[in-house]
Amino acid sequence: MSDNLLQVDHLRASFFTHVGEVQAVRDVSFSLKKGEILGLVGESGSGKSVTCMSVMKLLSHPGRITGGAVHFRGRDLVPLGEREMQQVRGNEISMVFQDPMTSLNPVYTVGSQMVEVIRQHRPLDRRQAKEAAIKMLSLVGIPSPEERFHNYPHEFSGGMRQRALIAMALSCDPGLLIADEPTTALDVTIQAQVLELIGEVRERLGTSIILITHDLGVIAESCERVIVMYGGMIMEQAPVEKIFFDPRNPYTLGLLQSVPDPTKETRERLQPIPGSPPDLLNPPRGCPFSGRCRFAMHICEQRLPPLYEVEEGHQSRCWLLDEAAPRVPEIRKEGAKG
Amino acid sequence: MSEPILKVEHLKKYFVAGGGFLGGNQRVIKAVDDVSFTLLPGETLGLVGESGCGKSTTGRTVLRLYEPTDGRIIFEGADITNLSGRELLPYRRKMQMIFQDPYASLDSRMTVGDIVSEPLDIHHLASGKEREEQVRSLLERVGLKPEYASRYPHEFSGGQRQRIGIARALAVRPRFIVCDEPISALDVSIQAQVVNMLEDLQEEFALTYLFIAHDLSMVKHISTRIGVMYLGKLVELGQSDQLYHDPQHPYTKALLSAIPVPNPKAKKERIVLQGDVPSPLNPPSGCPFRTRCPHAMKVCAEVEPRLQNISDERQVACHLFR
Repeated sequence: MSDNLLQVDHLRASFFTHVGEVQAVRDVSFSLKKGEILGLVGESGSGKSVTCMSVMKLLSHPGRITGGAVHFRGRDLVPLGEREMQQVRGNEISMVFQDPMTSLNPVYTVGSQMVEVIRQHRPLDRRQAKEAAIKMLSLVGIPSPEERFHNYPHEFSGGMRQRALIAMALSCDPGLLIADEPTTALDVTIQAQVLELIGEVRERLGTSIILITHDLGVIAESCERVIVMYGGMIMEQAPVEKIFFDPRNPYTLGLLQSVPDPTKETRERLQPIPGSPPDLLNPPRGCPFSGRCRFAMHICEQRLPPLYEVEEGHQSRCWLLDEAAPRVPEIRKEGAKG
Repeated sequence: MSEPILKVEHLKKYFVAGGGFLGGNQRVIKAVDDVSFTLLPGETLGLVGESGCGKSTTGRTVLRLYEPTDGRIIFEGADITNLSGRELLPYRRKMQMIFQDPYASLDSRMTVGDIVSEPLDIHHLASGKEREEQVRSLLERVGLKPEYASRYPHEFSGGQRQRIGIARALAVRPRFIVCDEPISALDVSIQAQVVNMLEDLQEEFALTYLFIAHDLSMVKHISTRIGVMYLGKLVELGQSDQLYHDPQHPYTKALLSAIPVPNPKAKKERIVLQGDVPSPLNPPSGCPFRTRCPHAMKVCAEVEPRLQNISDERQVACHLFR
């Protein structure tokens, strides 16, 4: 347990809207080791972003954490006040967002925004902070960083802005970097550059990384361990190879079968998941996926399945894994691809 | 060989940037610059490329939603490049479009029934009971309940809205549909639903698609042939499987190697391109890709390579093939 950098226990978060409580995160527990890169995959509304915003305590009204604990380096962040959280954010946990266009302030130079962040957290004077910023810009592969330091965000391309934001996020050497869809707004060739950079960062600085994405390709290429979320819950959690070759949850299987594998010669018809995601205002009583699951049984609609331990480090939330359940070959052994 | 349904010859679409009231510093953006291709009935041509490469502009110009700057568009044997609005109307009926953003492309103040039947009204195809009946069957065909006709777009999810957009495009019984990133805004599990439906509709109504997208795996899945664009030019064109497994143009190679494959065991050589796409306001001389190309030679800066046949079904614009 002691080598866990982050330990999230039974986290719950809701948005209190005028039509009722939207339970965006429902009882999520996971941990992250030092230097590990964890993928959080799920569709819009699955709760992956809200989970991470809760870890950072960045949920704003009408959203708030309604239960659970977030231990970072052994300290629970949930009861901390805003002032203490400001010390944690940036210093210990940093975040990079999807849209590099709106995450930077257009009226200040990139350099001055970086200096502001650095001086907020480190006892450096202006000149030292500028040096540190230029060093970070060159670390993330921005060419001629001394000149680029004086540029405004609009003078940067999308890929460079995302690099600059990563530089900013890393400038105080945080233990954990949360990247929320960092490449979704970028073109594929630029996405490849940014993913490469994230991998390098982990290798060189030993930063732990949570990578949030809806792209299974990105997960397959970048992550060691994967959490699949659906309807605000963890559906499956396993090492990346298990997720792709030995999935034990019908939702994971459905996701894998609904994307084409371009490396295959033959063109197979895609197998979409029917229907649409559940309404979190009135979440289903049982398994959140039961309404769309082709294996659904009576119990699935009635009771929420627990997370079964398939083997060490591999858990899945599905009644089919119960002793008493019928055997379904697709999610026993055969896996999705292969 | 059947007659092509669409022939695009040396199509150009330039936009003027800057300038303004007092003239001044006008600059030309060559969004589509000398693009030629043909489409056979019933096939799907995928157009891929990064943002700003001109793929959407190509799709819109082909439909005459933008006025072409130069070149010819020949649809079912008729030159439609310079037809006036009224002359164009019968062709508009045969050519439809499905848009990327299912939130922006449906008028929020119209009911679903009115949205789907508007093309029927414009082309005077049906009215009264018959119109109602057609709306019902169109909605059913795209997997929506006929009762939805009286509802408004905001009551639907992204995937359902995209279905409404598809029903609207189908209403006039088109022959040719430009699908401009029809699934990019949808969730993974919904994308497959829409792609399967587009495939079924293609078979049922003998449709021809120009499928524009940046998601190469999906484009490869749905397309018969693929065209790769870069900075307003077509740089490679070929059969989709062949192009995917044996790309020739250095840009196609890099683009394909950059797609993240949903398979953690697929170890592949990734060609990570340096730098960004140059600004279309100030494109490089010669070959547009030379600034990022690992094989750039002296000639690439001097002469623009033309799209030429390197085999029966493959065209490449690159000086490496001469």
